[in-house]
Amino acid sequence: MSAEVNPLTVVTRRSRRRKRAGIVMEALATAAAILAIVVLAIVVISVARKGLPAINADFFTKNPAPVFQTGGGIKNAIVGTLIMTGVATLISVPVGVLIAIFNTEFAPPRVAEGMRIALNVLAGVPTIVIGIFIFGLLVVGHGQSAIAASLGLSIVMVPLIARATEEVLLLVPVTLREGGMALGATRARTVITVILPTAVGGIVTATIVAVARGAGETAPLLFTSSIFANSVVTDVHQAMASIPLTIFVDSESPSVADQQTAWAAALVLMAGVLIMGVIGRALSLRTRRQIERAR
Amino acid sequence: MTESESRSERDTAGGESADVVLARSQAQMAELAAQHGANPEEGKVVVLGLENVAVSYHGTEAVRGVEMNIRKELVTAFIGPSGCGKTTLLRSLNRMNDLIPGAEVSGKITYHGHDLNAAGVDPVEVRRRIGMVFQRPNPFPKSIFDNVAYGLRLHGMKDNLNDRVEKALRQAALWDEVHKRLRSSALSLSGGQQQRLCIARALAIEPDVVLMDEPASALDPIATQRIEDLVAELRNDYTIVIVTHNMQQAARVADMTAFFSVDVAESGARCGILVEHAPTVQLFTRPSDERTEAYVTGRFG
Amino acid sequence: MSTSAETDFALPRRARLHIGDLALRGIAGAAALTVMIVLILIAYKVTQEAWDAISTFGLGFLTSSEWNAVTNQYGARDLIWGTAVTSFFALLFAVPISIAIGLFLSELAPRRLRGPVGALVELLAAIPSVVLGLWGILVMGPFLEAHVEPFLIDHFGWIPLFSGTPSNVGLLPACLVLTIMIVPIVSSICRELFDSVPSDLKAGSLALGSTRWEMMRGVAIPQVSGGIVAAVILGLARAMGEAIAVSLTIGGTARTGWSLFGSADTIASRIANQYQGAATHLQQSSIAYLATILLVLSLGANLSAALIVRRIRRRMGAG
Repeated sequence: MSAEVNPLTVVTRRSRRRKRAGIVMEALATAAAILAIVVLAIVVISVARKGLPAINADFFTKNPAPVFQTGGGIKNAIVGTLIMTGVATLISVPVGVLIAIFNTEFAPPRVAEGMRIALNVLAGVPTIVIGIFIFGLLVVGHGQSAIAASLGLSIVMVPLIARATEEVLLLVPVTLREGGMALGATRARTVITVILPTAVGGIVTATIVAVARGAGETAPLLFTSSIFANSVVTDVHQAMASIPLTIFVDSESPSVADQQTAWAAALVLMAGVLIMGVIGRALSLRTRRQIERAR
Repeated sequence: MTESESRSERDTAGGESADVVLARSQAQMAELAAQHGANPEEGKVVVLGLENVAVSYHGTEAVRGVEMNIRKELVTAFIGPSGCGKTTLLRSLNRMNDLIPGAEVSGKITYHGHDLNAAGVDPVEVRRRIGMVFQRPNPFPKSIFDNVAYGLRLHGMKDNLNDRVEKALRQAALWDEVHKRLRSSALSLSGGQQQRLCIARALAIEPDVVLMDEPASALDPIATQRIEDLVAELRNDYTIVIVTHNMQQAARVADMTAFFSVDVAESGARCGILVEHAPTVQLFTRPSDERTEAYVTGRFG
Repeated sequence: MSTSAETDFALPRRARLHIGDLALRGIAGAAALTVMIVLILIAYKVTQEAWDAISTFGLGFLTSSEWNAVTNQYGARDLIWGTAVTSFFALLFAVPISIAIGLFLSELAPRRLRGPVGALVELLAAIPSVVLGLWGILVMGPFLEAHVEPFLIDHFGWIPLFSGTPSNVGLLPACLVLTIMIVPIVSSICRELFDSVPSDLKAGSLALGSTRWEMMRGVAIPQVSGGIVAAVILGLARAMGEAIAVSLTIGGTARTGWSLFGSADTIASRIANQYQGAATHLQQSSIAYLATILLVLSLGANLSAALIVRRIRRRMGAG
């Protein structure tokens, strides 16, 4: 019965070719993934190596040194970025969450669909165009200001927060909604006291991710934040310095000291943004599991 | 009298009166008995041999201790309550369980005497010879022609492509309905037609064995009838193993029937076991195991 | 809403209910309306800024390659060319890589690795564009100039793409930077698409004796091809609109020419570089004209992608 060769092991030229093709393509796919990770490592390590030498206490606590003097730091830019991103967050979170509530609670399906498309379109507007828009709207005639910059950043952040919040709100089980309303609460009260608290984890995560994105944006800041603000500014009606703009300007400077500042600032920005991104993602996985367990 | 009454209450192929179905089953069984005599296996070689086969997922056994010979050009049905491992066992016959992480097959499965799981065996080659039709029709998002030609193109059977496609569609009793629109999308067909297309697709590459996992369970009664007629006809050229939860279906189409049941250990662990494997007529009218008798006469689920 | 036991309080309660609901619906609706208003306002304001240039140059702006502050003549042709070339090559590199990564994460990677590797690829998207641009001009550019471009010129210089002299700026570094930015976006969409292919369909192909790669090529990719197109369009929109990283790596002298080496410029990059330092009002207006073109292009891309997605969803729902 089985004295002959097992026909299932017989290898023809065609089957060998097919098998080899499969192995090659799968190897290429693996290589692509490895390539992406390698590039990530190269960029991160490059920035770290070039930026680290200039990182010291002074870097965070001093303003830029006057021209032709060494030393100094980017305190003004750090404070500026913190304030502008902070104000942008204060604007975007309520607006974004309200839009999400509108879409999930009040809008008829066609309107909600239209809103989603509008949000996607807004998210797709090139940030440089947003920069021009804000410049024309708020800077012309009034001068640069942190408020203008923050509004520009908000336009970038709102679609992100709105979309992510809507996802979280949709995860909240219908039974929770109906339970609240069956007890006689109004829709508004149900939303505020029952649904939002359940979704708060997701909203925080969405915010972290949006802030990470907003802090790294340069284009809205190009025309609204200033390269001349060499000391810390706290008045939001004035122009402030910002980390992305500092990097942008210093990177094109022939001065080695400026380039060094650019690297160090890039390291600070990248580290901050990447860490926020990682935390955001980890939190998002955890809240998703929590809500799904509650279903 | 009570036996046939309770049998007729259970699981008729929807719509028809129980008595009609029963009468048909008995007529068909009589016909089968007449065709094959008491032993349909007489003179047929063994195609698939199972020796103490067990399948487990991540260490938990789903089915164990299966000893069985499946012979050529017969229809063998696997019946039994849900959870007894019929589908799991079926999938190990064409090594589809390889795709499930954590799935392990122990024991020996032989194909014409050769070990299916030997080192050096290419699962691709196994599946060319042992085809499969699934529970829910799964046509590819391509034209009807390209669906049938998919396997042919894979395995280099591209000579006379049009003839091969026509032959497969005729064998699946679908040619008359689709030959004028072979280029239209397969998804435009009805559920029953899609399933026959999937059968044609499997038959096109000229397999030795066709495994069918409840092929009619997602279809309406009329489509089901056509599939059953098809299976009965295909028996002449192919060896067929069909899993079904519908006893009457097994009685209608199968030459041999294997009855599986669930064995519950003291720990509560459930595992499927093969209880009895016999000619269909015999299994239904004179089962040798009392568990078989209980299932077949409807004494439990 | 109120039970019989509360009928005594029905009237004041109902009035309070009404206001709370109305208030929330009101501010939520206002927030939603703001989005529409901002969108319209952006289109309006940018076009308004550009109006001088639009009325002066008309559509000839698109075909002229003048850019001269002295004669006050401006044209977008070289910039459109630069945008087209950088976007095209960025997509050429990024799309196969992204589909490959999507397949890897969905089918090939061991289950435990799928999360971490996916997260690392997405981290690539989190790098701020200005940091990528900095790295591009100060690290990658010089590397290309010293090692890669001479090699390409020596061996493939007969192809117009690889003619020219090595430089640390130009279309090539800009393309590569754009590729790095697009890959995470397109690959994560591709991964979701491949995850959505019904396992029955994959099993059907494998049961016919196909290898895993044959299954991906013959069934999985065709099944989600519409979605891949939408993802590519989104990647294209991103590439066209990127100003910062490109302006740092591309050099800034607009030209139309086939060579990938040497300074060039794109629409977005020119806006970033010249808007604030514009010498005349017409120049500033011309740059706003560029922004209008960019807006139209990105709107077109985003709307087509949304339409494709909607058509796919409708087909899935019906099928």
